[in-house]
Amino acid sequence: MTKTERREEDARIRRDFPLLTPGEAYLDNAATTQKPQAVLDAVTEYYRKSNANPLRGLYALSVEATREYEDAREAVRSFINAKSTEEIIFTRNATESLNLIGYSWTADHLKEGDEILITVMEHHSNMLPWQQAARRTGAVLKYLEPQQDGTITEEMFRSALTPRTRLVCMTQISNVLGCRNDVKRFASIAHEQGAVFVCDGAQSVPHIPVDVQDLDVDFLAFSGHKMLSPMGIGVLYGRKEILEEMQPFLFGGEMIEYVTREGATYAELPHKFEAGTVNAGGAVGLHAAIDYYNRIGFDRIVEREEHLTRYAMERMKENPYITILGSEDPKNHHGIITFKIEGVHPHDIAAILDSLHVDVRAGHHCAQPLLKFLGIPSTTRASFCFYNTEDEADRLIDALNSVRKEMGYAE
Amino acid sequence: MQNNTFYNEILTDHNLHPAHKHELEDANYELEGVNPSCGDDIVLKLKVEDGKITDGAYVGDGCAISQASADMMLDLVIGKTVDEARHLSDIFLRMIKEKITDEERDELEEAGVLQDISHMPARVKCAVLGWHTMDEIFDDPEKAKKNFTSIKGPSDSSNICHM
Repeated sequence: MTKTERREEDARIRRDFPLLTPGEAYLDNAATTQKPQAVLDAVTEYYRKSNANPLRGLYALSVEATREYEDAREAVRSFINAKSTEEIIFTRNATESLNLIGYSWTADHLKEGDEILITVMEHHSNMLPWQQAARRTGAVLKYLEPQQDGTITEEMFRSALTPRTRLVCMTQISNVLGCRNDVKRFASIAHEQGAVFVCDGAQSVPHIPVDVQDLDVDFLAFSGHKMLSPMGIGVLYGRKEILEEMQPFLFGGEMIEYVTREGATYAELPHKFEAGTVNAGGAVGLHAAIDYYNRIGFDRIVEREEHLTRYAMERMKENPYITILGSEDPKNHHGIITFKIEGVHPHDIAAILDSLHVDVRAGHHCAQPLLKFLGIPSTTRASFCFYNTEDEADRLIDALNSVRKEMGYAE
Repeated sequence: MQNNTFYNEILTDHNLHPAHKHELEDANYELEGVNPSCGDDIVLKLKVEDGKITDGAYVGDGCAISQASADMMLDLVIGKTVDEARHLSDIFLRMIKEKITDEERDELEEAGVLQDISHMPARVKCAVLGWHTMDEIFDDPEKAKKNFTSIKGPSDSSNICHM
C-alpha cells in the first residue's frame, strides 16, 4: 500500500469518528475505543423510535424493541461464529461475563482440592473472580508463569495441568504485553484432561477475527466499549450444553418462567442469565459497531494495526532509553506497546505526553501480578486502534524523545 | 517540542538531585506513605529533638512530583519546630486544594512551584504524599516512633509527646 493510499484510507476512516481530531492523538485504545457516528446514531435512533422494555410488552413498540435487541444478539453470534443465539448472553462488560462464570459455573463444579489454572499475565478481571471462587469452593488457584516475553509453550501448559485441573482461564491477547496465547491449542489440551476452558477476549475480539467454534473454547468474554460500542454492554459466549445446566447468576425479572411464593422455574437460554431490564440501547450500539467492523473488514483492521505497531516500534527502538516489554516482533503485539523510559516514572511520562496531547495509559494496567513477575513497578502503554495513523505514531515518538530532556536530563 | 507542563527546572532538579533522599540512621520517627494510583512509595524519616526537627530524609520510589515535593518539604522544615512545620504543611495542602495568599506562598519557598498541581487532579496525591506522611507522624507519634535500642537520652522519642 502506498503512502498516499494509506493516507486516503486514514481520512476515510477518521471522518466516521467525531471525537478524533488532528490535535489529539488518542492512543489508549486497550482501555476503551472511540465510537463511530454510525454507532452513536444507532443508539439515538433506538431511543427515538424503538424504545420500550424488550421481551415484555405485547404492544408493537415492545415487539420492535425486542426485535432490535435480538437482532443485536444474532449479529454477535455471527461475528464470533457461535452455533446459536442461545449461547450469546448480554452482560455489562467482560468483567461481568467472567464473574458470571465465577459464580454460576464454579458453584456446582468445583470442590475442595480441585484446581483452577490461570496465567500470571491475566487482567485482574480474569484473576479476582477465580481467587474468590477458590475461596468459596476450597479449590486451589494455580498460576502459569510465561517466559519474559509472554510466550507460553505447549510444554509449559501441559506441565501446569494436573488430573485435578477442572478449569483453565486464559486471555487470548495480553493487555500489557500484546502477545497472543495459542488458545485453540491450549483449549484442546485442557479438554483432553476434562477441564473447561474460559477465554478472555477483551483484547482479542476487537483486533483479530475470533471464531468460537474454531477455537473450541467453552466460554468467551468480551466488552463492547473496547470495540467501538457504548460502555455498559458486554458479551458472554458459553457452550450451550454447559450454560443449560448452570444455575442463574442474578435473579429477578425476565429470567423466569413461573414464580410462586416458594420458588421459580427459570427461563430458557439465554434469558436465564439476563435478569432485569436489559441494556437494549447498548446492544443496538454493539450491533452497529459489528456492522462497522464488517464494513472495514478484519483484513484491513489487522493490516493497519500491525503496520502502526511495526512503524512505532521501529522508531522507538532508535531511542536507547526506551525498553519495550514483550516480544521483539511487532506482529506479536496486536497494537499494544508497553514500555519504560530509563530514569523517568511512567506517570511523569504520561503527564508530559498529555501536555502534548498524546493520550496514553500509565500504571499497572490492572495486571499487578504480571508486573511483579516481570520485576517492574509500573509502565506506560500506548495502544493502537485501526483508526490511528502514522502521524499519531510520530507524535507519540517525538513526544517520547522529548521526555528525558523535559525531566532535566542533559542529553 | 514545546509544552506547558509543570516540570520546571526547580522540580526536575529536586527529582534528579534530591538533597534529602538517603537513609537517616539516627531518625527517631519514620513512616511509610503510599499512593497506590501512581505507585509512589516513600518512607519519611525525621529526627525530632525537643519539638524541633533537627534532621530529616526520605527513601523510596515514585514519580517526579512525589519525590521532588518530599525533597522540597524537607528543605523547608529541617531546622523548624514541629508547630512551624505543621503550619507550613497546612499552607501547602491548602495551596493544592484551594487558594492561598501570595504571602503564604512565599512562606513555602521553592515548594510554591507546585501550585499548578492543583489543576491536575490526577497528580494531587503525588504532590501531597510527603506532607501527609509528615502530618501523620505528628498526629500519631506513637505509630511512627522508631524502635530504638541504641539511642536513649533527652532526644528519645518519649519527649515528643508535646508535639
